[in-house]
Amino acid sequence: MKSRWLRKYAGIRNRGINPQGFHVSQLKFYALLLPLAVLMLLPIVFIFSHAFKPPDELFAYPPRFFVAHPTFKNFQDLFAQMSTAGVPVSRYLFNSVTITLVTVAASILISSTAAYALSKKRFGLKQTLFAVNTLALMFVPIAVIIPRFLIITRLGLLDTFWVHILPTLAMPVGVFLLKQFIDGVPDEVIEAAQIDGANDGQIYWRIVLPMIQPAIATIGILTFQATWNNAEISTLYINSESLKTFAYYLSTLTSTASGANLVAGQGMAAAASLIMFLPNLIIFLFLQSQVMSTMSHSGLK
Amino acid sequence: MADKTYPTWRSRLSRWATKEGNAYALLTPYALLFLVFIVAPVLIAFLLSFTFFDTIQFPRWIGLKNYIVLLTQDDLFMKYVLPNTIEFAVLVGPGGYALAFLLAWMLAQLPRIPRTVFALILYSPSMTSGVAMTVVWRALFSGDQSGYLNTLLLQLNLIQQPVQWLQSPQYLMPVMIIVTLWSSMGIGFLAMLAGILDINPELYEAASLDGMGSRWQEIFYITIPSMRPQMLFGAVMAIVGTFQAGAIGVMLSGSNPTPQYAGQLIVNHIEDYGFIRYEMGYAAAISVALLLMVLLFTRVANRLFLSE
Repeated sequence: MKSRWLRKYAGIRNRGINPQGFHVSQLKFYALLLPLAVLMLLPIVFIFSHAFKPPDELFAYPPRFFVAHPTFKNFQDLFAQMSTAGVPVSRYLFNSVTITLVTVAASILISSTAAYALSKKRFGLKQTLFAVNTLALMFVPIAVIIPRFLIITRLGLLDTFWVHILPTLAMPVGVFLLKQFIDGVPDEVIEAAQIDGANDGQIYWRIVLPMIQPAIATIGILTFQATWNNAEISTLYINSESLKTFAYYLSTLTSTASGANLVAGQGMAAAASLIMFLPNLIIFLFLQSQVMSTMSHSGLK
Repeated sequence: MADKTYPTWRSRLSRWATKEGNAYALLTPYALLFLVFIVAPVLIAFLLSFTFFDTIQFPRWIGLKNYIVLLTQDDLFMKYVLPNTIEFAVLVGPGGYALAFLLAWMLAQLPRIPRTVFALILYSPSMTSGVAMTVVWRALFSGDQSGYLNTLLLQLNLIQQPVQWLQSPQYLMPVMIIVTLWSSMGIGFLAMLAGILDINPELYEAASLDGMGSRWQEIFYITIPSMRPQMLFGAVMAIVGTFQAGAIGVMLSGSNPTPQYAGQLIVNHIEDYGFIRYEMGYAAAISVALLLMVLLFTRVANRLFLSE
């Protein structure tokens, strides 16, 4: 009995990478990871806790980390609020939801068709174009903020709905991950479909897309995060308040420069922060296994 | 070859269209957006960097003057921006990268369920956005007695006076680095975790039969060499993430320039010249300098991890 117990928790099977079960040698990793995980989780927990604090707890001295008497007052205040320009908060939220949905759908479509061509089609510039895309992985958008501004102005996109969507659609890392994933789809499957008379559209839609769902989910998440969290586009390119996003509205609540009433704003900003963060978390929780399986194809060779 | 008549250009074009046309058609939407919003801005930045451009008059060609000024006369750049950027980039870039690898490696030593839970916790900060977290950081690092960190440290008697974490030059940079590291376990980290898990376990068994004793040897002789492609992907993501995170100092302190330029990074310098002083040509030269820095860092990573 004892020896079986020993073999179970001290046996070679559970040592090393990707073990099947618990082993005493794992204790040291738990000892390191647990405190770190708690520390890293604190700010996240704080978002939740802060959003439900009544005013007296928000400004209590000494401050309390956890909420004692949770209330929805901050959320009610937030949605009862008009921005200084007279736009209701629900409008910002509606803009963000619409923009995010359109961007995610368009980004998936554009990136996956491009990735399909780069992975499975034979054409002259294939290697070159993929190399250019790989080089663009190190593109830092914030570095060319000024030429981008000039281009967007020249294209007449300033202060339109489209400026939220078009500049973020070309996502090199998305095409890269999708292409690597499509490489894993066997050529035989596609050749068989071609022999049966399927055209590119049918192959893409009926065969490739269903087989690369994990990668699609990953690109969806990455685009979602980039778009949903984006306050910068509204700041730089949009003048009409009714076209700005929820992330932008949140930034006006917290900015000291705008002279917003910081005391009343605190609770609303906390509630808005939670609304910003929660969709990211929920979507990732649902799709995390798909993301992990995409990531094993992520290598740069 | 046996065919003596050469195909006319028309038939060659139609043959090309059926053979390769579809591929280009599939690529076109992405390629267009890529050209307009990625390639063109880089080219324009490069061209503008040789001009004087105040957004009102047409850009005037001034050759290398912007670069000469940047290297010889821009005191702010040499005294604050460049050292700050290097300090920030080295600690957050390679530092965060090494941390991501070590954490991924430790997670790989655990069974699936605890591993997934830990991975989720470590990844979740990277899902937060700068704007949403401003509320949290302002409250946690608030400079008066009611700040959470100040309260804690005062109670523990570690400090006598509340510390102006976000407004004092000496603390702004460390706070920026910690906050950025906190949120840096993104897709590069997940890629490395997946890479470690994908390594064939027989490699480890063979090595232990050959008498490889320590886990460190295992990491350096088996784990890292077997997952070079993911290591490189993680490195590129770390580099881009580091430079992309440049707005953090302005966000935390609430002002550009940051207090006494303590948290001024190259990205803030670009915005300062571009959108505050409207010296677009000079700002473009700083952009080019930034892109060159990214390129240089990536070169080093390539040297380290490229297979072949």
